Amino acid sequence: MIEFDLSRERIDTEAWRRRLFDQTCGGYVAFEGWVRDHNEGQQVLRLEYEVYESLARSEGRKILDEAVGKFGVTGVACVHRHGALELGDVAVWVGVTAAHRDEAFTACRYIIDEVKIRLPIWKKEHYVSGDSGWVNCERCAAHEHDHEPAAVPADG
Amino acid sequence: MKRIHVQYFAAFRDRAGREEETVETDARDPAGLYAELEAAHSLGLGAERLKVAVNDEFAAWDRPLEDGDRIVFIPPVAGG
Repeated sequence: MIEFDLSRERIDTEAWRRRLFDQTCGGYVAFEGWVRDHNEGQQVLRLEYEVYESLARSEGRKILDEAVGKFGVTGVACVHRHGALELGDVAVWVGVTAAHRDEAFTACRYIIDEVKIRLPIWKKEHYVSGDSGWVNCERCAAHEHDHEPAAVPADG
Repeated sequence: MKRIHVQYFAAFRDRAGREEETVETDARDPAGLYAELEAAHSLGLGAERLKVAVNDEFAAWDRPLEDGDRIVFIPPVAGG
């Protein structure tokens, strides 16, 4: 099984685990990324993920294919939430099955690391302070609250 | 002049104040088009911090643009 998905609904991690179950496998490793209540000193209330869906799906599938090719694992699946998320929600889930645990751990780590770097997905955090901002896009965030372009640093 | 369809996401959607637009341009490649749109919308990021997709695939900044291409400039991502 190789499956990548995007979902506006809550991720049913137990259902995904059942779908990956395989009697030829001795190991199953899963990673859940959760919505955390703070980031860089700010108290987070809730957040939104926005996704460029067609490219995220093709790139997500490519990452999973790479994990199978590189590490020889048996099953790989990943699902990423988008839309509005609350604290504690599962934002991303990765599951890997393999004959042995070593490659399952390695492939799971590879998938989540590549997902974070490569998928066209953006996160907007809403803070207790009333502010909000796109994560990793400091200059864009600065623009949201400061409409004097001259005040924005020249480098990024 | 080529007609290029541009879609905006996340911070760029906020900055441009629109989700998409069709532009007429003489730009030869995505790098040239980005320079025009950055000037028009004050997108606020240099191209070195972006990726670009043409027709739903990652593309090189010097890929020649063709009439009818669909372009997305991808600001820094934050999935996971």
